[in-house]
Amino acid sequence: MSYARRALAVAWKDFAVERRSKETLNALVFFSLLLLFVFQFTLGGDRERLAAVLPGVLWLGFVLSALLALGRTFLVEREHDCWEGLLLAPGDKSAIYLGKLAGNLALMLVVEALVLGLFVVFFDIDLGRALPGLLVVVLLGTLGLAAVGTLFAAMTANVRARELLFPVLLLPVQVPVLLATVKATEALLLGEPLGAVAHWVKLLVAADVIYVVVSLLTFDVVLEG
Amino acid sequence: MTLESIIRVTDVRKVFGLLPVLDGVSLEVRGGEAVALLGANGAGKTTLLKILATLLRPTRGTATIGGHDVAREPEAVRALIGVVAHGAWVYDDLTARENLRFWATLGGLEAGADDVAAALAGVGLERAADARVRTFSAGTKRRLSLARVMLARPRVLLLDEPFAGLDQRAKKWLEGRLEAFKAAGAALLMVTHSLGRELGVADRLAVLAGGRIALDTARGSLGPDDVLRLYAAHAEEAL
Repeated sequence: MSYARRALAVAWKDFAVERRSKETLNALVFFSLLLLFVFQFTLGGDRERLAAVLPGVLWLGFVLSALLALGRTFLVEREHDCWEGLLLAPGDKSAIYLGKLAGNLALMLVVEALVLGLFVVFFDIDLGRALPGLLVVVLLGTLGLAAVGTLFAAMTANVRARELLFPVLLLPVQVPVLLATVKATEALLLGEPLGAVAHWVKLLVAADVIYVVVSLLTFDVVLEG
Repeated sequence: MTLESIIRVTDVRKVFGLLPVLDGVSLEVRGGEAVALLGANGAGKTTLLKILATLLRPTRGTATIGGHDVAREPEAVRALIGVVAHGAWVYDDLTARENLRFWATLGGLEAGADDVAAALAGVGLERAADARVRTFSAGTKRRLSLARVMLARPRVLLLDEPFAGLDQRAKKWLEGRLEAFKAAGAALLMVTHSLGRELGVADRLAVLAGGRIALDTARGSLGPDDVLRLYAAHAEEAL
């Protein structure tokens, strides 16, 4: 019970700090809008070209936003000298990881919902039947990104070149997730049912389980440095 | 007053790269006792405090708190200590009350609303309880930091420059709080390079120089000039 309360306290704290400061959310919304303008300018109204690149472009937007959001995971602790406070908190440190993961997941999903909505408007896409399946893929893909991203953000929090190191560490590990999400998104946008991409969904579920379990088991060691 | 040694440091050495910062430090602090650890910049005061706080591991030697080894049983040690560090460990965008509730929950404390309110009242922040910490001065943040520690009722208090940045009134107030901790049987180890008011709380003075405890003496009736003379003599001698 105490474990869940501690995880919830971390998630609540991050939510309250972000709700009041809006630092990360504002940056992400602005960044996403900028990306959309660039994509719209580059791709124009060519429907065929758009259909071919849309899944990749969509996930590129998600991943770049995620890199920004996840990289800031422990920034609030460093800025307020609270890092040592987290270290000295008695009890299982994986509760802190779970709280941080929940906060990151919520923030990323909000931004992704916004990006997806703007994609629909900017590129005049009819998601129609693809939406339920797309939501499943986005949720699983985001969990995979956030699970490893939260762990690596802790790992690089006190490293001098963290802005450089964080994506260099994160992106290679995310290859299975990125491959599965882009391929599944492509098929769903072409009108195929979720069942047709079950193999990609299974890969996402397996990757998520592995990432979350490994992160939970190693977070203590990572935090203690 | 408890006479048992709660903090026990034995022949501790700490090396960063090739540079030895601590080189055979031994020190004991009993319950109900406050020891002021003096020393020049870079003498290793904060390093020793971090070793006791389980944030650093000694290269050699042992340090125990309440009988628990800081390197081998960090979780047991963390349950006994309260740390007031350079930073206040508070989130600017939360209120004072929210900060205390957060740290209490994270620390696994069964602190209810009354306990939080009492801790805030104990540091004179009852009126600012629902104000965001962003609006607080450095001194007020230091008070909140102490309320966080009070909530956990630690047996050992590790303080890094506790009086830094405080005005005279706040220093007097903090002195009173630390005396209360001592009276409750807690062991206090405070790191400082100031020789002013904070020494009034200390029962013993220890001077860290050249990686060792160069002087460990009862404060007794030593006046500020005596302390300054002893500090200069021992610190310079060791250097």
